[in-house]
Amino acid sequence: MRHIKQVILVLVVLFSTQLIYGADAHKDDASEEFDPMEMIMHHIADTHEWHVISYTNGEGHKVNITLPLPIILIYQGQFNVFMSSAFDHGHKVVKKGDVYYKLYHEKIYVTDADGTIHYDDHHNVKNAKPWDFSITRNVGSMFLSVLLLLWLFISAARKYGSTPSTPKGLQSFLEPLILFVRDDIAVAQIGKEKAGRFMPFLMTVFFFIWINNLIGLIPFFPGGSNLTGNISVTMLLAMITFLITNFSGTKSYWGHIFWMPGVPVPIRILLSFIEFIGLFTKPFALMIRLMANITAGHIIILSLFSLIFVMKSVAIAPVSILMGLMMFMLELLVAVLQAYIFTLLSALFIGMAVHEEEH
Amino acid sequence: MGLLTPDPGLVFWTLITFGLLVFLLKKFAWKPILHALKVREETIEFSLAAAEKAKAEVQDLNIEKEKIMNQAKADRDELIKEARELKQNILDEAKSKAQIEADKIIVSARSLIEREKNEAIQEMKHKVAELSVDIAGKLLEQEMEANDKQKAIIDRYLQEVNFN
Amino acid sequence: MEGLSLTTIGLGLIIIGAGYGIGRIAQSAMEAMGRQPEISSKIQTAMIIAAALIEGAALFAIVVALMKG
Repeated sequence: MRHIKQVILVLVVLFSTQLIYGADAHKDDASEEFDPMEMIMHHIADTHEWHVISYTNGEGHKVNITLPLPIILIYQGQFNVFMSSAFDHGHKVVKKGDVYYKLYHEKIYVTDADGTIHYDDHHNVKNAKPWDFSITRNVGSMFLSVLLLLWLFISAARKYGSTPSTPKGLQSFLEPLILFVRDDIAVAQIGKEKAGRFMPFLMTVFFFIWINNLIGLIPFFPGGSNLTGNISVTMLLAMITFLITNFSGTKSYWGHIFWMPGVPVPIRILLSFIEFIGLFTKPFALMIRLMANITAGHIIILSLFSLIFVMKSVAIAPVSILMGLMMFMLELLVAVLQAYIFTLLSALFIGMAVHEEEH
Repeated sequence: MGLLTPDPGLVFWTLITFGLLVFLLKKFAWKPILHALKVREETIEFSLAAAEKAKAEVQDLNIEKEKIMNQAKADRDELIKEARELKQNILDEAKSKAQIEADKIIVSARSLIEREKNEAIQEMKHKVAELSVDIAGKLLEQEMEANDKQKAIIDRYLQEVNFN
Repeated sequence: MEGLSLTTIGLGLIIIGAGYGIGRIAQSAMEAMGRQPEISSKIQTAMIIAAALIEGAALFAIVVALMKG
């Protein structure tokens, strides 16, 4: 209980001043046409400010309360840090040194003083892009999940004394999960002797994906960001699996890839080609699978709720809510299932790589 | 597709954050937890083995006890049987001894009685002879007086005679 | 994405193929589990791996379709 209070206090202190700063009554037309595609895409994509809540005030103006996030840009050796509120939701051009930056469709471009955007024939933006290392909404959400994970597991770990005792409280909730990852994923796929080396990665990746899937399902601030449905995150996780797999590969593993024993030579050549492609498709599938599953879940739920506004009818609301609820239930299952599958397949690839041939 | 284009900034932050997370959790969570779980499992396994061993030992002890008990019972039965036999023997012996003694006593008593009887008869013969002589003497004295008187005297004397 | 583009049809075909394949895997796995419940955890792992491989191929196709479309 004491820890929860501390965490909340830290969050409040971190965000309170900026929250007030970020609240502004924007003079958007409150009755503008609702575009579900744009809303969904905006939600799915990463943003440079953290949207808290929107409402229409007494004068018919739409008020967006957002949390400005730090923008970190590197362009031509120039290093700039400022808050995203300087962009005023993309309405203002920010001048840093002699470079003008503009936020356009959640991407930052280098423009002239008027913020002109140039397009090529395919309607792609031609403007130069700085290296964008901003703390975006997804990064913020990730920090939050990391704090949560550290708090959960370190406080659980502290309860384990030097002498064996029965698990209590948080411990008894987390222990079966830890045992599940250890026994049913790591040890089952890699083997008892070799599993220990990869256990920290597998444990962390399982709980990281799971908790971020769950945070993504929270429909209000500070949840709802599509972190595990973002290709950058899944790519990095899949890349780590790929590197671990291939750096711990044994002789027999590489032998099976490039010179499959026990088959005729022409087939060996063909197989080595297929296996070599397979080296890359396996982590690629890991990356796409997680991203597609989570993003699809978000899109479906948002589409169901968009129905109410597309149809402009309250009558559709019960159907929408009921189906949305069902999707939420399904997504709760998908959240743990995808974490499980990602971890299981990572363990499987690692297990194949470290397997020693005994014949 | 914007969705399929990785964003270098996010990749960078994910790498930093995830790397740090793995490091911190490994150091402060996974190592102590997995170690504690292993220790606990080993303790449980050890305790179970010890319990199993103790159980086997108890079983052995029980078998041993049973054996000793059976032995003791058999010994006891043997002892009782022997004691009974001994008692019987002693009794039989005592009986036969007593019989013999009794027979002896009877025989000696008989011979004593015989002897006494003979002595008594002998004595009586002497006494009868003496008495006869006495009576004869007295008769001779009284012959002259009366027959009745004689008869009365004889009776009187005869009455005085005591054969014992 | 206006109307029924070739991409949409392609995506539908991918889903039909992958769905059929994964369905067959699940069916066979269920039957095998029914026959031998004692090794159901092994069958389940094998099922997930096989399904993941098919899913991987399907996802690959989806990505290509979306990129070309």
